[in-house]
Amino acid sequence: MIMAQVGYSKTVMEHFMNPRNVGVIEDPDGYGQVGNPVCGDLMEIFIKVKDNKIDDIKFRTFGCGSAIAVSSMVTEMAKGKTLDEAMKITRGDVAKELEGLPPQKMHCSNLGADALHSAIKDYWMKIGKIPKEEPKEEERSEGETCPSG
Amino acid sequence: MAIYMDYQSATPVDPRIAQFASPYLTQGFGNPSSLHSVGLAARGAVEDARAMVATLIHAEDPGTIIFTAGATEANNIAIRGTAQRNFSKGKKVLASAIEHISVINPMKDLKKAGFDFATIPVDHEGIVNLSALEGMVTKETVLTSVMYANSEIGTVEPVKEVSDVVHSKGNYLHVDAVAAEGKLDIDVQRDGIDLLTLSSNDIYGPRGVGALYIKPGIRTQPVLVGGGQERGFRPGTEDLYAIAGMGEAAHLASNEMQSEQDRLRAMRDALIGVILKINDSRLTGSRDRRLPTQASFIFKGIEGESILLTMDAMFGIQVSTGSACSSKTLEPSHVLLAIGLKHEEAHGSMVLTLGKGNTLEQVPAVANAVKQTVDRLRALSPLYGK
Repeated sequence: MIMAQVGYSKTVMEHFMNPRNVGVIEDPDGYGQVGNPVCGDLMEIFIKVKDNKIDDIKFRTFGCGSAIAVSSMVTEMAKGKTLDEAMKITRGDVAKELEGLPPQKMHCSNLGADALHSAIKDYWMKIGKIPKEEPKEEERSEGETCPSG
Repeated sequence: MAIYMDYQSATPVDPRIAQFASPYLTQGFGNPSSLHSVGLAARGAVEDARAMVATLIHAEDPGTIIFTAGATEANNIAIRGTAQRNFSKGKKVLASAIEHISVINPMKDLKKAGFDFATIPVDHEGIVNLSALEGMVTKETVLTSVMYANSEIGTVEPVKEVSDVVHSKGNYLHVDAVAAEGKLDIDVQRDGIDLLTLSSNDIYGPRGVGALYIKPGIRTQPVLVGGGQERGFRPGTEDLYAIAGMGEAAHLASNEMQSEQDRLRAMRDALIGVILKINDSRLTGSRDRRLPTQASFIFKGIEGESILLTMDAMFGIQVSTGSACSSKTLEPSHVLLAIGLKHEEAHGSMVLTLGKGNTLEQVPAVANAVKQTVDRLRALSPLYGK
């Protein structure tokens, strides 16, 4: 019998209900934040780096079930990896590890990899490996549309 | 132990109603248009149901009631049918900013067909702004649609006052009463209503059936065309099970509304009292002009779909939300935006709608679950505390 998948996968719900690596790292080596509360999703990731590897990682997320599960999963995938390996984790990899996300959530809530990459780049900028970027103004007015689909 | 608190989304059919209507599936199956005895028995069942629905809303006579396949269909006939039938009076239509999507979207369709459609603003409690309405209605306004009450924020509209404004300057008033039926004493004559939409499932009847009240003398036209059933306004062979069930639902609602609503109002007040003790929580909608079954909130720093999922998975309590993330369009509820909430505030919405399965004894468990849910999600949120 074919069973249509409705709602979130078991893995998404498991990570949503028991998120890994929640919290804040005081004095992190790298920090990344993506999303916008106006759109309903905001994620931040903190990393500690040791021997070019992600030694510790924590996150906090405001958002829907998939946003929280994505954040939890990406921290678990990145922990212990080298920075170069962690940079290669894509949104698609995270969704695959979660046994899929509903189509309408693939973009708006699947920001975990972006937050991770942003934290790694922040570290690389601090140690002078890549040039410092001017902080981008991401203020969004209420009339603008949020990402979807 | 599961606690269902989402009765505005769906209700179980009352077992007494299922028992009453089930024989029409297998035995009293005739076509009400047939002139033989089996057909006449079926016709009798439909007319009995019509009388019960008319009684629930104090209509002039049963002939004012048209059965439809649900409230969406009734809203479409009321809006498209009435606007198109009467376009010689004018091509303006109005709806409150917090109407259900099955009112808003037919109005938008009329706009594409050349009508001028505008929305009537509401205040921060969701009450229609009567002076704004007064400035908007003209004799060219062929139809104005204002709901009896709003399911998402619980606010009860001043329908009689709206009717007075509409009839002093414009033409017809349509009222979507789906959220209010069985909860408030709706009287179409006292309230000055020309067209009124009802749904069966909202009074514990079967799904897939609703009704439209059309005041005597109001001219409208069908959306679907076919045979002459339901005075031609809704052609198609009648669904006897559904219609008989809706009739019995209306009958029970008429008899039991007062005691049931007193019971649920006490529970609603207890829930509101204890949930508002949570820091940075707010009631949405009006405190005083409120459905007896409705308690809705926003919580700072967290998101509604996460509230819904946590309440369900961790505590077995089913609730609703107006958050964008739980909707198919990923837009926050237009109702929450219309009462002046910012997008980031509207995301943190939780809606409880009470019904027959709820008891006062459930209040402490629900309140505790809400508190723990809010605490859990705030601990995860970068937007709350540090």
